Amino acid sequence: MSGVLLELDRLAMGFGDLAVIEEITMHLARGEFVSILGPSGSGKSTLFKLLLGEHRPASGTIALAGGGDRRSAFAYMPQRDALMAWRRIIDNITLGLELAGMSRRTARRKVVPMLGRFGLEGFERSYPDQLSGGMRQRAALLRTIVQDRPILLLDEPFGALDALTRMQMQGFLEGLWTQNRWSSLLITHDVREAVLLSDRIYVLSARPGRVIGEFDVALDRPRIGSAGLAAAASAIEAQILDLLLNTNPDAKDIVS
Amino acid sequence: MFSSSAFGPSRLGRALALGLPALLTIGALVLAWEAYVRFSGLSQTVLPAPTTVAAQAFAQRAALWANAVPTLQATGAGFALSLCCALAFSMIIDFVPMMRRVLFPVFIVFQTLPLVAIAPLIVLWFGFGLGPKIGLVALVTFFPMLVALVQGYGSTEREIEALLRSMGAGRLRVFLLARLPSALPYFFAGLRISITYAVVAAIFAEYSGAARGLGIYILNAKNSFRPDLVLSAVMVSAVLTLCLFALVAAIERLAMPWRHIHKEPTS
Ligand SMILES: Nc1ncnc2c1ncn2[C@@H]1O[C@H](COP(=O)(O)OP(=O)(O)OP(=O)(O)O)[C@@H](O)[C@H]1O
Ligand SMILES: [Mg+2]
Repeated sequence: MSGVLLELDRLAMGFGDLAVIEEITMHLARGEFVSILGPSGSGKSTLFKLLLGEHRPASGTIALAGGGDRRSAFAYMPQRDALMAWRRIIDNITLGLELAGMSRRTARRKVVPMLGRFGLEGFERSYPDQLSGGMRQRAALLRTIVQDRPILLLDEPFGALDALTRMQMQGFLEGLWTQNRWSSLLITHDVREAVLLSDRIYVLSARPGRVIGEFDVALDRPRIGSAGLAAAASAIEAQILDLLLNTNPDAKDIVS
Repeated sequence: MFSSSAFGPSRLGRALALGLPALLTIGALVLAWEAYVRFSGLSQTVLPAPTTVAAQAFAQRAALWANAVPTLQATGAGFALSLCCALAFSMIIDFVPMMRRVLFPVFIVFQTLPLVAIAPLIVLWFGFGLGPKIGLVALVTFFPMLVALVQGYGSTEREIEALLRSMGAGRLRVFLLARLPSALPYFFAGLRISITYAVVAAIFAEYSGAARGLGIYILNAKNSFRPDLVLSAVMVSAVLTLCLFALVAAIERLAMPWRHIHKEPTS
């Protein structure tokens, strides 16, 4: 494992009297894919908001390697795709580049060659409402990665998709990631998704969220569609489910 | 596949079909009115028949037009002023939330001032010129637009704002890129309400004292016991309001193309 890029130390936070996150300690190494798995309401999205500086932690610290600036460290993909209905797809995708000071023309020149790979060719002038759910997620993902920031924060990127599209998107993301090895944090409720995509998995308890388990997933890639890995993946999945179900009785929706 | 020219007539047909129920309703009302006047034996000096009104309107078209122009000017200028004020104050309220509690009560008081009382006073203070008319139109149309804008800003998706901030956008960029566009549908809803008040407000201001305008035309017609001319002027004002409403609807379409797309991919 190469050096640690991001380190959270005993991070805690709440809204008023509601404790949402309790003592979360975790790290992300350069080029590593880490998933955060936890029941609904366990503070996963809040954790990202803390990283982004949207909220202040009540206690604990967030440190970037080399004292990097947090404001430009993360490329963030919010839980819902957060595409702007009033901007065409191409303008949604170049948003981050334009905000970083790139001219619209240069930004487009950078993005256009990637549209094909993301299945968005011919749709650059469409509005988000004209796209299918899967296309919207791909557009949101492209908008995230073109920013070329050191760390990707993906908050349930495929949560709203149907099972088939979700599996296609997981395969798509795996392919992209294997080529680019972005340092990534992925939030998900989907245990299989976490196992298929991650190098390491943190499991959170129900609210207030604490880390109740950490799993290394040392399986070969590509994993999606590889029959040989099914057994090993299932074993890890079973362990994680066992942990989630036995630690918090109200996490049953995870298996359903 | 249809050629685009094939859409021409069908689009016109659709527009007509959309307007048909309204036209039929208005037609039925006018017919009932005509029948009532004819068969009740009511004097036309009390309630003129629509045919009489239309004939008089046509005969008086030059005078009506000459008086409609200043009304339209007052409406347009007042509305423009109101629009600028609504934008400016909505931004002040959005950027300094405390200002909402400072300003809203004042605006509500202004909005509830009885026009009957305030219009003559304003004319008394500021004279018979265009100024007081513009002021009254602005006064009446301002609040619905302000409320719509403020509510619209508040409807912005939080995730979009968080996303923009993560990309390095500051307060102003977030406003321009997310809050303002999110408010557009609300804004146009407010605009539609406001525009229907605007012509009436201008006429009311003129009624309280003016050199020319539909309001003063109505006043003179009433004083010379000509209900047919009063109603002709009313008809003109209704047509003006309808035209302004249609104009707003057209601008709305241009300003928010994403709200008027078919929900299927264009490729
Ligand atoms: N801005 C806020 N103000 C008050 N409470 C909040 C706010 N944001 C989140 N919460 C609360 O914090 C808790 C955790 O929310 P969060 O969105 O982080 O959960 P999550 O783990 O992402 O859930 P999900 O998997 O359903 O997205 C919830 O109980 C939520 O009601
Ligand atoms: Mg969440």
